[in-house]
Amino acid sequence: MSDDRVSEANQEAQEARHADLTALSEWNQARLEDEREDAAAIHVAPNWKLTWWRFKKHRLALVSGLVVILLALIVLFPGFFSTMDPHKSRAQQSFVPVQRIHFIDDGAFRPFVYGIVGRRNPETLRMEWKIDEEKKIPITFFARGFEYEVLGLFTTNIHFIGVKEGDIEENPIYLLGTDRLGRDQWSRLMYGTRVSVSIGLISVFVSVFLGVLLGGVSGYYGGVPDLIIQRMIEILQSLPAIPIWMALTAAMPRDWSVEQTYFAITLILALIGWTTLAREVRGRFLVLREEDFVMAAKLSGATQSRIIFRHMVPTFYSHIIATATLAVPVMIISETFLSFLGLGLRPPAISWGVLLQEAQNLQSVAIAPWLLLPGLAVIITVLALNILGDGLRDAADPYSH
Amino acid sequence: MTPLLSVRNLKTHFFLDEGVVKAVDGVDFDVFPGQVVGIVGESGCGKSVTIKSVMQLIQKPGRIIDGQILFRHHDEAGRETIIDLAQLDPHGKTIRSIRGAEIALIPQEPMASFSPVHTIGDQIMEAILLHLDVDEEEARRIAVERLHEVGMPNPEQRLNAYSWELSGGLRQRAMIAMSLACNPRLLIADEPTTAIDVTTQAQVLNLLLTLQKQHNMAIIFITHDLGVIAQIADFVVVMYLGRVMESGPVEDIFFNPQHPYTKALLESIPSIYAPAGKRLPTIEGSIPHPFSRPSGCPFHPRCKAFMPGVCNAAIPKLKAINDRQSVSCFLYDHAPAIVEGS
Amino acid sequence: MTQYIIKRLLLLPLLLFIFSVFAFFIIQAPPGDFVTSYIAELAASGSSMDQAQIEALREQYGLDQPLIVQYFRWVGGMLRGDFGVSLDWKRPIMELIKERLLLTVLLGAATFIISWSLAIPIGIISATKQYSFIDYFFTVFNYLGVATPTFMTALVLMWLAYSYFGISVTGLFSPEYVDAPWSLARVIDLLKHLWLPALILALDGTARLARVMRANLLDELNKPYVEMARAKGMSEWRLVLKYPVHLAINPLVSTIGWYLPMLFSGSVIVATVLNLPTIGPLLLRSLTNQDMFLAGVIVLIYCFLAIIGTLISDVLLAWLDPRIRMEA
Repeated sequence: MSDDRVSEANQEAQEARHADLTALSEWNQARLEDEREDAAAIHVAPNWKLTWWRFKKHRLALVSGLVVILLALIVLFPGFFSTMDPHKSRAQQSFVPVQRIHFIDDGAFRPFVYGIVGRRNPETLRMEWKIDEEKKIPITFFARGFEYEVLGLFTTNIHFIGVKEGDIEENPIYLLGTDRLGRDQWSRLMYGTRVSVSIGLISVFVSVFLGVLLGGVSGYYGGVPDLIIQRMIEILQSLPAIPIWMALTAAMPRDWSVEQTYFAITLILALIGWTTLAREVRGRFLVLREEDFVMAAKLSGATQSRIIFRHMVPTFYSHIIATATLAVPVMIISETFLSFLGLGLRPPAISWGVLLQEAQNLQSVAIAPWLLLPGLAVIITVLALNILGDGLRDAADPYSH
Repeated sequence: MTPLLSVRNLKTHFFLDEGVVKAVDGVDFDVFPGQVVGIVGESGCGKSVTIKSVMQLIQKPGRIIDGQILFRHHDEAGRETIIDLAQLDPHGKTIRSIRGAEIALIPQEPMASFSPVHTIGDQIMEAILLHLDVDEEEARRIAVERLHEVGMPNPEQRLNAYSWELSGGLRQRAMIAMSLACNPRLLIADEPTTAIDVTTQAQVLNLLLTLQKQHNMAIIFITHDLGVIAQIADFVVVMYLGRVMESGPVEDIFFNPQHPYTKALLESIPSIYAPAGKRLPTIEGSIPHPFSRPSGCPFHPRCKAFMPGVCNAAIPKLKAINDRQSVSCFLYDHAPAIVEGS
Repeated sequence: MTQYIIKRLLLLPLLLFIFSVFAFFIIQAPPGDFVTSYIAELAASGSSMDQAQIEALREQYGLDQPLIVQYFRWVGGMLRGDFGVSLDWKRPIMELIKERLLLTVLLGAATFIISWSLAIPIGIISATKQYSFIDYFFTVFNYLGVATPTFMTALVLMWLAYSYFGISVTGLFSPEYVDAPWSLARVIDLLKHLWLPALILALDGTARLARVMRANLLDELNKPYVEMARAKGMSEWRLVLKYPVHLAINPLVSTIGWYLPMLFSGSVIVATVLNLPTIGPLLLRSLTNQDMFLAGVIVLIYCFLAIIGTLISDVLLAWLDPRIRMEA
């Protein structure tokens, strides 16, 4: 084709061009450049940023993340969220029903709860509680109440919610009712949350440590260590976890302190929990070992630890976080049922399982169905952690779509 | 002669969360009975989506949004009617009676296209039993015959083999046997030779040509390999970013290319006649990201004959420039035809 | 195929040996031996034993022997079918667990059948109708099913049945059949009671399996062989059921390896809450009462059931997937 023809066509077309066409093409050009910039941002974004972008799209996981943050706050400051002393028994106030918070009083924001009056049923000799609509107990935020320790550093008596005036023991508010011994279930749930969730977290932490270490050794070195660790995992995984956990917790001496049983349970749960993670980590290492970028790092003389921690681990640590998140609920449920069966933590320790033990008696539950409410806390927590974990896992996997 | 298949202004778009991917954006071509049409283009040019649209195999979030796919369909009574495949329900009875019977597919990856847990015989006989009114025994006989036809040694025994027990070449032969099971009038081969080595590739191509003559089939052959096109095709359609750049008989495309893209493609074929030490010409730039399609002619950012204000302002239409070739380029079309709307 | 199963069977004694050592360790774990706890028990009820009696008892059970001798005596006894005596119940262990073991396995089987026959259709529907209302519905169901501990479901159902209908849903038999000998009427009575605990237990497993099934099937639905089957002109349902579902079920079968053990051992808690005559509540009681020989035997039985579960899954997998048959 001749150059003449090109320039001729060019000229003709330029003459024919309209003003709006220029505008259109300029607009197109600008749009194109924007898109290129977006694409360029994607190319240079670090892995965690990509993960975060993908995670943000998962609405439900974001909400679950907020629930988990709230849980973390309760775990750190259970005293602050409690209203009454969780250990204190009030013989006269057993099975007080749930007192709902009303926020609007006479059209204004003045939160209060109705008082309760008890009457002993002459036939069954049981206390029967009624809501007393005459009596309003005004409640307020950041109220004074019982003394508690904050992270073992100092003591205070400020609580998130409390009664506006007077002593809370005289005008008690039972947000989740009371149990057989008249203990405030809401405050017990707060302290139980600290124990149950932290057991889950710590045992997963131990599992992750063991899993990454042993799985890493197994996958990176292969050979004899791999063989031994693999057989160990297979045997541990073919063990029926629940009876084993039961037997091990039952073997704990009865005279151990609450702290000792707490850590023993954590270790017992972690003992079986690490195998799944180790398998995953090993699988990743096996694949990564063959990757070109690992070979390139080796050839450029990187040390082994540098290859492992700078080149290999960053490609899958988001997976580890996701898997660990998904492992926490399993641990929480396990602790709950062990304590529920009376094999794990025992009173005076408070955990979700210990709380639910009160609901084991069908007669108690029939009178006081709110004793089942700690179960709801378990469900919400497990739900939030599972959705969060799934969201993280989906976000961490760039090849899923 | 009326074409067996006539694709007119076909548009297949994919509606993703991030935006719309216009995988096929206005494609025209004809296939005549007994003709081998080669569709050639780089990966991502929409050639696979085009033929999947023809078979109504586009899955969500993709959809055929415009155009016609006219096909000379033989109904049960043997009457010939022309139907528009683009209008058919992708799960409907009519398209299912056409797929496998009148239009058959040879897929890209024969390994992954056979179910690994079913025997080859099971899968071939299934294709026969679906469309022909025969019993199982007859279906088995036809399957053996087809396997024999494609040069499979010991066809009776191979019926009980699993796909992963065969070599790459034999697997592709088995795939061809399955596609030919019901004597289709149009065979669509989607890069059938990319997954196998060059020697076997030549055998498979020869086999396809032989079978095409025996059965008097039309073939649409998709590839990115111009060498393969030269060997097999009668008529060539060159695609770029979802549009046809140029189409014409194979000799014209190779010896008298008109579109700058076709020329660039042909220049980038390595040749043993090229002087030593000379660099192999490549096409400047790279295929744009699917979300950032260039305005106007899709090829303009990489085109040597780019005319600012023309090529990036409007999309050129595919027009016949002589009685053999059609080209979509403003070099041959002085008035901009369509102004891009979006 | 047979070679593969034989290879698996040969591993069985080895695993059993490891697990028996483990169970023996559990028996030995609490401080003191069962004679110590027996004495404590006697003391609690006001009677006592003299030193000679104690020694005689220790000798009778071989407790004065080194641990390794005790272990082999214990294992040797079991190989001869003698599981020892439960000190708590004062009855041979074999007699105690015989019927309970049968009921445990029955409950496990019923749960298994329910969860699989629910999970596979749910998984198929969710995957083929991805992002539809029904998919979201089942996704919510699956999340809730996994998040709800089985004993919570049992507690809530018990409470609802008790306070609204005044009925008790505990046990596996009506009172008149509890100690009755086996008869057709007793079997029918059992089936009338079995479905509820099985359903409660199946909830968790159904949710997990349906999720796995959905994910597997979604993977398989994008494979080229599905498109090829479409290109052959197969109808959508027929091809989905024949090809991708078949391939998606295979990895599901390998979950039997952990699901069956989980079923047997997971039923411990529900069985305790619902007071079912299975070996679970027996294990709990033996552990709380330090009846360690009984506990050891039950733990060993659970291990055995777990191995059987893995074995079943391996054999099924080899039967379903020709590729695994070839490897072996």
